[in-house]
Amino acid sequence: LDSRLPLVIFLHALTPAAARDEFQEELVIRPLHSGDIYASFQFRTLWDTDFLQEGQKVSHYRLFPKSLGQVLSKFSVRELHISFSQGFWRTMQWGQPFIPSPPGAELWVWFHDTVSDVDGNWKELTNVLSGIFCASLNFIDLTNTVQPSASFKPLGLGNATDHRFLRYATLPREIVCTENLTPWKKLLPCGSKAGLAVLMKSEKLFHSSFHSQAVHIRPICQDEQCSSKAWELRQTLNVVFDLHTSGQGKKEWSLFKMFSRTLTEACPLASSSKVYVDITDNPELFELSPATPLLGQAVVLGDRRTYSVYDLSRAETFGQLRSFNLLLRDMLRPLLHAERYVAGFGLQTGEIHTVIYNNHPYRAFPVLLMDSVPWYLQLYIHTLTVTSKSRDNKPSYIHYQPAKDRHRPHLLEMLIQLPPHSMTEVTVQFERALLKWTEYTPDPNHGFYVGSSVVSALVPSMVAMRTNFTQDQPLFSSFVPVKEESSYFVRVYTEPLLVNLPTPDFSMPYNVICLTCTVVAVGYGSFYNLLTRTFQVDEPSPPLSKRLANLIRRIRGVPLLT
Amino acid sequence: MGLLSDPNRRKALTGLLTRLNTPICIVCYLAGIVWFMGLAFEPFTLRTYMSENAMGSTMVEERFSSGERALSLAKEFDAHKRQARGMPVEWLVKAMQSRGLEVFTQSFSRKLPFPDENKERYMVRGTNVYGILRAPRAPRTEALVITAPCSPGNTNNQAVALLLALAQYFRNQIYWAKDIIFLVNEHDLIGTQAWLEGYHHTNITGMEYSPLQGRAGSIQAALSLELSSDVITSLDLVLEGLNGQLPNLDLANLFYAFCQKLGVLCTIQGKLQRNDWDTAEGYTHAAQTMMLMVLKQACGRSWGDHGLFLRYHIEAASVRGINSFRHYKTDATTIGRLLEGMVRKLNNLLERLHQSYFFYLLPSLSRFVSIGYYMPAFGLLAVILLLRVSFPGLCHCFSVSLQPSSPGVLTVLTPVVISHLTGVALYLLPVHLQEMAVEHFPVSETEAVVLTAIAIYTAGLALPHNTQRLLSGEGTEQGWKVLKLTALLYLAVLLGCTALINFSLGFILAVTLVPITASITPHMPKALYAVVMVLLSPAFTILYCVFIYQELIEAPVSVSEGWMLFLSVISQGILDHALYGSLVYPLLALFIYPCWLMFWNILFWN
Repeated sequence: LDSRLPLVIFLHALTPAAARDEFQEELVIRPLHSGDIYASFQFRTLWDTDFLQEGQKVSHYRLFPKSLGQVLSKFSVRELHISFSQGFWRTMQWGQPFIPSPPGAELWVWFHDTVSDVDGNWKELTNVLSGIFCASLNFIDLTNTVQPSASFKPLGLGNATDHRFLRYATLPREIVCTENLTPWKKLLPCGSKAGLAVLMKSEKLFHSSFHSQAVHIRPICQDEQCSSKAWELRQTLNVVFDLHTSGQGKKEWSLFKMFSRTLTEACPLASSSKVYVDITDNPELFELSPATPLLGQAVVLGDRRTYSVYDLSRAETFGQLRSFNLLLRDMLRPLLHAERYVAGFGLQTGEIHTVIYNNHPYRAFPVLLMDSVPWYLQLYIHTLTVTSKSRDNKPSYIHYQPAKDRHRPHLLEMLIQLPPHSMTEVTVQFERALLKWTEYTPDPNHGFYVGSSVVSALVPSMVAMRTNFTQDQPLFSSFVPVKEESSYFVRVYTEPLLVNLPTPDFSMPYNVICLTCTVVAVGYGSFYNLLTRTFQVDEPSPPLSKRLANLIRRIRGVPLLT
Repeated sequence: MGLLSDPNRRKALTGLLTRLNTPICIVCYLAGIVWFMGLAFEPFTLRTYMSENAMGSTMVEERFSSGERALSLAKEFDAHKRQARGMPVEWLVKAMQSRGLEVFTQSFSRKLPFPDENKERYMVRGTNVYGILRAPRAPRTEALVITAPCSPGNTNNQAVALLLALAQYFRNQIYWAKDIIFLVNEHDLIGTQAWLEGYHHTNITGMEYSPLQGRAGSIQAALSLELSSDVITSLDLVLEGLNGQLPNLDLANLFYAFCQKLGVLCTIQGKLQRNDWDTAEGYTHAAQTMMLMVLKQACGRSWGDHGLFLRYHIEAASVRGINSFRHYKTDATTIGRLLEGMVRKLNNLLERLHQSYFFYLLPSLSRFVSIGYYMPAFGLLAVILLLRVSFPGLCHCFSVSLQPSSPGVLTVLTPVVISHLTGVALYLLPVHLQEMAVEHFPVSETEAVVLTAIAIYTAGLALPHNTQRLLSGEGTEQGWKVLKLTALLYLAVLLGCTALINFSLGFILAVTLVPITASITPHMPKALYAVVMVLLSPAFTILYCVFIYQELIEAPVSVSEGWMLFLSVISQGILDHALYGSLVYPLLALFIYPCWLMFWNILFWN
């Protein structure tokens, strides 16, 4: 009995700290105006520790995944945001997503300001994350990393503004599939064995119009007074299901149809486990089965929405969500929208057009546009024009970092004021560089990718936003901290670009051309030689006897023989 | 090259070339023609094969089955088209939206430089409607285009309907990796041009259009569909595009492969393939098919909506349904399946089509002549010009012309400048003087333009040698030699460059221009040679091409009809240049014609 005592004491000492770790899970289902279904999962793990303080060593993990915790402490990461998306979020059809992400992979990290070798840490970190998420993040190097000066501010605690500790990179070519989903699911405390994660069957998740999964880690306050800090890990997964393709034209859905699974229980480790169904747009024609007495309201992205709430921690909830019909209404245009394309033809020059729409009827607001363009598109920054309503719109802030060939990409950040109800066009011309032959990808004729540009803005809100910090807010409305009542923060990603560079024909005809050119060059050389050289008739050289005779005659001083 | 550096052997070689210059030139010319005609002979050609791995080995199963629905849609479309007296934009937008596409419209307007009498249009105003099928989980970086023109009258209803039916079917499939754009364009090529310029945000032809609202990244390939009957007997593939550009041969191979698979009769230049290559008829058939391709390519116009895509590095072809009196008929479902198969294979592409040939001639759909085989035919003709440069009389004046102080420079420069000024007049005046011409003569604008062009062309024959005589007095013996040397080198460079870009045009010009230019001197019987020169001038070349073309498509014309066709070809050439940026008219007016005038000058050298 005595021998067990220290253990009991030890457990007793540990429990209060560990009890403050917390796990919440949430699923939001939102029928979209295009007839598609948007399902957004969010899992939040709170870790009550502050290992960045000097001398504190962390070796105990309860809910927080150890693999990520070790990464955080080893590389002195202050904030980490990583997203993998397959597909493009169609803002004009679907509205704003809860958490936006560009096609491909995106990674941005704020390092702690004690880090001396940020680039070294960044390189190691990308390689480690590459292993954790089974993704090609190891392709991130200095040629596609930028340090945005204004677009990416920390979302968590702390007001770091020195962008030397920020690194941002995208891999627009990254293809996201099951092998990225599995390690992502393993980070959850219940894995995919219980709770909402049961629904994540990759066969169905990848049979969709859009798939995006993300991990966000940041330090936050535990309470309103911010007396204690905690690490927050948010894992989000957004899927848009195309009912047109899968539903044979019927606008009906159920959890089973979407995920080919039903919910059976909440994750036992979760302090809250909820399913929200957005019923704002169709209050009458709604037939949810089973019906729920709980209705909730949340202000998200400048709009007040009504939700039916199912609390999975209550036993009576279980059953299936079945068959309910939707009423389609005219779409409320998203207030901010951006797209991008390459103009022009031919393989020498081109022009990148970024079009930003402000659909607000009477409010102008500023946006931050960030463009990171690889070095092989040589931007002519003097051709940069910003026009709104066919008038020149001078950006109030421009941060431009020119590229260095083979070392770093172009970075262009601008603060542009968008007039109300307007279309703003940003154009810049570029020249396509001729790469060295070893620098071409294995499929050079596919083209080269240019990552999405990022538009960040504080968009005027239609309804008052809640600024007070409460714990019982749904997760989907609490990701970005709201600082003022009248506006909300939105980030919009444009589509990536696929640009063709001048490409030699790496095949037999290429060799033939090289060979022919050589032959032509040799032939031309001799012809040119013949045409330009002046020829003189050369006397045949005198025989040896004559030369000898002449030598003797020269010595004797008599006239020479001819 | 020791052979050439050695003075003795070199002397022997130049001696041989000088002595046998004329026979060698004649042999080269004949060899060039024979080589060219031999290209159509089957044993000398290669069998086509699919080079692109992504399209070759993958299996595709065609399941499109709503051909009947497409035909009823065609009737509905026809009714709406009649009601709207043009393109039923609203109906099309609704039809595409209900099929789950993102639909956008683009309006455009274009004032032609002068009325187009063939298509009866002057002030063109229209709308393009296009719907984008967004591929699931694709980042909007790549797209394929299927287009069908909304033509006036009863034509192409089935094409538009089949396009809609395909859109509906495609929308329910999950395997798309590239966005698919379904485009219905009004006013055929003008609509396509407006859409392409809008998509790429360029303006090269002065078109007015509204900017596009929806895009889908870089377009990888495009198919244009023309279909005017419920059933067809054969499908014709049209490849010739603007300025003689051709799509990658793999696109033709793809079409041929699916025609074989689905048992659809396929033709090129409207001619079926024959298997009896060893008979005279078989060879003639292949030669005719190839000649048709050469003529079509040489005229540098776009022979279908696809032709304008090629400028933007988008591989494109037109598929045209033909309904003749054969018994064997193909229904809309099969055509839909054929297109489905082609689009699915294009969807599988990992890179742009680039593996196969971009320069080729097709004597039939299953045989092709690559650039390596046809270029010698042109080379044999072009080498004549270079051989004539080394002609004894000409060789010596080369050193003279290098000295700037010699009178040779001015004697050469005057006719060169005057010829080119005539060329500039031929290029600019017809369109700009049309109003004046219409005021003074009882002709329509189109006739005015063409007749002005012919008038300037004829006036040019009188102008250069007379003015030259006024300016610099009597021409010397050395003067014409320097001029001929310059003109020969100029023509060689011109034809060489043209043939690299558009082999057919270069070859046809070489065939007519080389013999007379190589042999011309002022000491020949002037009247006889003047007639021969005029008969071999660029304008008459066009006239011959018109007659040969009519003969080849088995619609021979009388002389007066031929003349009318000739006039319309000239007006079409000028229009193509103004509307789509075809370069054949400026090439002929600004370079080939002045060059020919320089030789004309030599003939009348005094």
